[in-house]
Amino acid sequence: MWRDDLRGIFYIALKDLRAYYLKPPNISWGMIFPFALILTFAIRQPGEIRDLVPGLLGMTILFGTTSMEAIVITFERRIGALERLMLAPVSLPALLLGKVLGGMVFGLVTTVAVLAVAAAGLGLWGANWPLLILALILSAAAFSALGAFVSVVVREVFEAQTLANFIRFPMVFLCGVFVPLSDMPPALQAVARCLPLTYAVEALREALAGDISWGTEVDLLALIGFAVVLFALAARTLIARLD
Amino acid sequence: MNNTKAIEVFGLIKYYGDPSAGSGRSLLAVDHISFAVPQGQVFGFLGPNGAGKTTTIRMLTGLTRPTEGSARVLGYDLATDLTCIKKVIGVVPETSNLYDELSARDNLMFMGQLYGVPRRERGERADMLLRRFRLWEKRDTPFARLSKGMKRALTVAAALVHHPQLVFLDEPTTGLDILSARSLRALIRQLRKEGVTVFLTTHYLEEAERLCDRVALIVKGRVVALDTVEGLKARAQGRVAVEVTVGPVAKEGDKRLLRFAADDVPTALRLALAEAERQGQPVLSVHTVEPALEDAFIELTGLSAEVMMAEKGGR
Repeated sequence: MWRDDLRGIFYIALKDLRAYYLKPPNISWGMIFPFALILTFAIRQPGEIRDLVPGLLGMTILFGTTSMEAIVITFERRIGALERLMLAPVSLPALLLGKVLGGMVFGLVTTVAVLAVAAAGLGLWGANWPLLILALILSAAAFSALGAFVSVVVREVFEAQTLANFIRFPMVFLCGVFVPLSDMPPALQAVARCLPLTYAVEALREALAGDISWGTEVDLLALIGFAVVLFALAARTLIARLD
Repeated sequence: MNNTKAIEVFGLIKYYGDPSAGSGRSLLAVDHISFAVPQGQVFGFLGPNGAGKTTTIRMLTGLTRPTEGSARVLGYDLATDLTCIKKVIGVVPETSNLYDELSARDNLMFMGQLYGVPRRERGERADMLLRRFRLWEKRDTPFARLSKGMKRALTVAAALVHHPQLVFLDEPTTGLDILSARSLRALIRQLRKEGVTVFLTTHYLEEAERLCDRVALIVKGRVVALDTVEGLKARAQGRVAVEVTVGPVAKEGDKRLLRFAADDVPTALRLALAEAERQGQPVLSVHTVEPALEDAFIELTGLSAEVMMAEKGGR
C-alpha cells in the first residue's frame, strides 16, 4: 500500500511539474514577480535591501508555491482530471501530497533563483546555509499546504485566486516583511503570530544572519505545525467530498 | 465465461446531501440496487439521464461513498479493499479527462506509472495501445489538440494500460462519429474475447442489444429489470412492432423512423399513423419488425426509448 502511495506521490508531482509548472510562461512569471519586488525596493531604499532579503525570499516562496498550485488543483477538478488521479491505486492523502510536492518544488526553484541573485549581489557570506535550506523547505511545505487547502475549499479557478490573494496580501503586510513585528501594535503582533509567513521570515532572517537561537527552533516547529495542520485540513476536505 | 462474479452489489443506496434533512435538501440517486455481473461478460446498465447509472459506477470505482449497502468487485470488498480494486479495474468516464498538456504517449506512460506498470512494459504497452487505437501517428500530439474521437479513443486506451480485469465504460460512444463508435464497439467485443469483464452504461438500446450478454434497466435509481438481452426481449414477445418512416421525400436527412409496439399489427400501425399525422409528416414506408430490446424497455419502464435518445442529443 505505502509503495503505491510513494509511487503516486512521485509521479503526480513529476506530471504536474512537466504539464504545468515548468512551462516557460510559468517559470518566467515565477521569476519576474520576485525580481520586480527586489527592483522596487532597491530603487526606493538601496541601503536597506539587505534587510529586506528574508522578507523577499518569504514572499517569493509564498507566491511561488500557492499561485500555480491552487490553480492547478482547481483546474484539474473542474475538467475532471483530478478524478482520473482519484481512480488510481493511490490514497487521497498521497494524491494531495503529490500535488503539494509539485508546488513545493516550483516554489523552491523560483526562490533559489532569487537567492542566487541576492547572494551574487549582496554576498550573503555569513548565512547559516543548512538552516537556510531547512527554513526554505519548511516554508515551502507550509505554503504549499496552504495552496492545497485553498484549492479544495473552492470550486472555481477564479475563486481559488481570490481566496489565495485574500489570505496572502494581508500576510505580506502583517508578517514583518516591510515593518518589523516589534514596531507593530500588540493586537497586530498577535494576529501576525497566527500566520505562517511570520515564522518563515523570522527563520530566514536568522538563517541569513547566521544566528541560531531558541526562537529559530520555535519558528521551524511552527512551520512544521502549519504544514501538517493545513495539509490535514485539505485532505479532510477532499475526502469529505466523496460523500 | 464462468460463474465467478466480477461485481456483486447488495442493497446500494446513494443520497446526495443529508438524507435526514428531508427530500428538499437531499437527492436519492440510487435506491436499494442489487445485482451481480459474472466475469467475462459485457454487462449493460441502461437508463435515462439521472437514472443513477453514473452514480453506481462512481460508487463501484471509489469516487463516491455509498450511503448504505455493500459491494464486492473482483472479490474485494468495496469498503475495505478499495486500493486492491483500483489496481485491477479500468475506468472510462463519460468525459474524456486526460491531461491537455501531455502528448498522447505521455498520457499513457503517466497512467502506466500511476498503476506501477514496470518501465519497459510501460513503453511497449503504450506503443501497442497507440497502434491498436490508430493513434500512432498522433503519439507526440498534445491531448488538447486531438479530435473528439481521438480523445475518446485515448481515454479508453488509458484505462487499459495496466491490463485491467474489469473495465467500466460510462457512455463510451456518446458524441462519437459513426466510424469511431463502430471501432469502439469492436474493441468491447475484443475485450470480451480476451476475458475482460465490461460494465457498460449507455442510453443507446441498439448498442446494448448488439454488445451485452446481460442488461439491467435502471429507472429513478432502481433496477426494474435484469436479464439477458434475449430474456428481456422475450418479455415483449406476443407483441408486434411496426416501424414507419416519415418525412419529406426529397430531403433524406429529415426522414424519421417511428416505432410502435402493440398486441397486434393493426393497433401498432394505427398508433404509428396517428403519430405521423400528429407530426404532419407524410408516411414513406411501413415495416413490421421483430420485438427488440427497445420494445422490452418501453414495456418494462413505461418510458419512451426516444426519451433516452433526446436527452443525449440523439444519434
